[in-house]
Amino acid sequence: MSAKRSSFSAGLGLLAFSASVLAFSPAGATEELNALVWCDNTDPALIEPFEKANDVKVNLKVYEGTGAGLSILDQSQPGDWDVMVIDSIDVQRVAKERFLPLADDSLPLANQFPEVRMDDILVLDGNRYAVTEKWGFNAISYNSKAFSAEDVSTLKKLTDPKFKGRLAIYDYYLPVLGMASVATGTPTKDFSDATLAPVKDLMLQLKANSKLVGEVSASQTALATGEVDVVVGAGEWVTAGLHAEDPNLEFVIPEEGGILWSQSLAILKDSKKQDLALKFVQHVLSPEGQAALATSSCYWGMPAQKDAALNDEQKKTLKFSSEQQAKDLAASNRYPAPDPELDKKMQDLWNDVLQAN
Amino acid sequence: MRPETIRPRNLAAARPLRHDRDIAMTDAKLNWRTFLLVGPAALFTVLFFVVPLAAMVAVSFTAGGAASLDNYRHFLTQPSYVKALVNSLEVTLIVTAISVVVAYPLAWVLAERVPERWQRAALMLTILPFWTSYVVRSYSWLLLLAERGVVNRALMATGLLDQPLQLANTRAATVIGFVHFFVMLLTLTIYANFKQLSPSYRKAAADLGAGGVQTFLHVVLPLTLPGIMVGAFLTFVLAIGDYVTPQLLGGSNELLMPQLVIQQIGRRADLPLAAALSLILMLVISIAYLACARWLKLDRT
Repeated sequence: MSAKRSSFSAGLGLLAFSASVLAFSPAGATEELNALVWCDNTDPALIEPFEKANDVKVNLKVYEGTGAGLSILDQSQPGDWDVMVIDSIDVQRVAKERFLPLADDSLPLANQFPEVRMDDILVLDGNRYAVTEKWGFNAISYNSKAFSAEDVSTLKKLTDPKFKGRLAIYDYYLPVLGMASVATGTPTKDFSDATLAPVKDLMLQLKANSKLVGEVSASQTALATGEVDVVVGAGEWVTAGLHAEDPNLEFVIPEEGGILWSQSLAILKDSKKQDLALKFVQHVLSPEGQAALATSSCYWGMPAQKDAALNDEQKKTLKFSSEQQAKDLAASNRYPAPDPELDKKMQDLWNDVLQAN
Repeated sequence: MRPETIRPRNLAAARPLRHDRDIAMTDAKLNWRTFLLVGPAALFTVLFFVVPLAAMVAVSFTAGGAASLDNYRHFLTQPSYVKALVNSLEVTLIVTAISVVVAYPLAWVLAERVPERWQRAALMLTILPFWTSYVVRSYSWLLLLAERGVVNRALMATGLLDQPLQLANTRAATVIGFVHFFVMLLTLTIYANFKQLSPSYRKAAADLGAGGVQTFLHVVLPLTLPGIMVGAFLTFVLAIGDYVTPQLLGGSNELLMPQLVIQQIGRRADLPLAAALSLILMLVISIAYLACARWLKLDRT
């Protein structure tokens, strides 16, 4: 999952300052922890309790996109960064070179759904290199005043002419092409060169109905201002944060299943403060930390831990219940995991879709 | 592009010829002191421009770690990539043309019709939008141009429209956002040009029997062309390389070159392809510069 998300209200500032270091500094903190994160991890409700409890200053730097995050690491001295939030599907790309193996018994893993633990991609050769902190679905967000949940229940329905000019498409090729793949009958794990053609067909039809292809803040703005009524590829992380302002903004997981996104927390191998870094990871996974992260002002998402201290209203907005989650997770697909060559082809296919009139 | 080099040909010709001795002295000064003065700027340029550029060129000719022309071949064989360059050129030329047409009369009014003592204040007002953040300004345009935004609501309320226009997330929105910014820039360069213009040229034209239109077409316009060209060139360069405005206002309904470059970096970190695309864009800008410089005879001064 890319970190291209932010709430409607916070989106503007984040666009301008996405690369800036935000520091919440309690006076007289003796230690510092440097964290390379996605915008949701900067919420004071998440960070301040940790700073106070440990007399530490957490320096946060926000990045978007794994490529950009890795560039920041490359430009830094080893040891500059202690913890990092990363797209779970990209952990394998970098784990052995950069991350510190985590002891399973130091983490509350029993409280995570197996689909959320993602042991098959976070554990390599018996070592866990990262732990899921938040997840959700790339699905369909919509305005229930304009369309019913039934109207938008699968991706294919959105090619209907009645959606002309009413769609926005989330501008990130991996999950959206994944959704199109599932909708055309290919699970994302079987995504390949050979299955690109029907995906492109469906995407071109959706593009013909769409008014914009936008990043999170653009899609959110379009949905919130009534510019569009449906956002393809969105989900709880786009709409849940807006629910309080406009209860008509809903999300639905398509019949064919959603695409599971997930972000993980890892400790850098070269960190000189590994104990403190582990404490931070444990704080984020604590019931209070999880609730703050799940409802971060930047964007909402499902807490990785089942025991997150969410109140009833928040649970309802996120549709968070064990039964619902178990069902949705079972029906979900992972992000496509292309090799570099297929990845480039997918990006080019995406460009073709964007350039189509 | 030093300001004093931007002089119309006929003004340059009107300067008294330098004496041979002056020229000889100028040449004699090309000694170690000259190099010492140029040194810091040259060092800075080499370190922070020439070296990174060379690195970029080198990287652009690699693929998968080996030397290769693949990145350039990829650009030429993918229609959506070539289209991004065409889109960029179209948008930039439209923006430059509209900005000149809007800025020229404004600069003229500021320089010649606003009383001298108000000119400074008027100029400040003109460039006031420069003081807000570029991102905020682009984003504000999105809200203004939205289907239920101020512009559409005003047009509907006056009865001029019964259906809202689709303005946001189109090329038109990108152009509007750009024009808003670059009119200010062009107004400044053209205004400066007007202020340098001696009134005696117009008096002379009037003495020789030229009417208002003739004076404008044959005297004022040619003499203010350098201001237009410099401003237009800056507009072209800044607009064609800009990512924020098309990304925020264009709604990705088409891609421009800077967006294509960013796409290669975001997730896949394909720096070689991004470098190649950037260099192609740079080549286009260089060609525009050469055309502009040739016209202004910058190379002769």
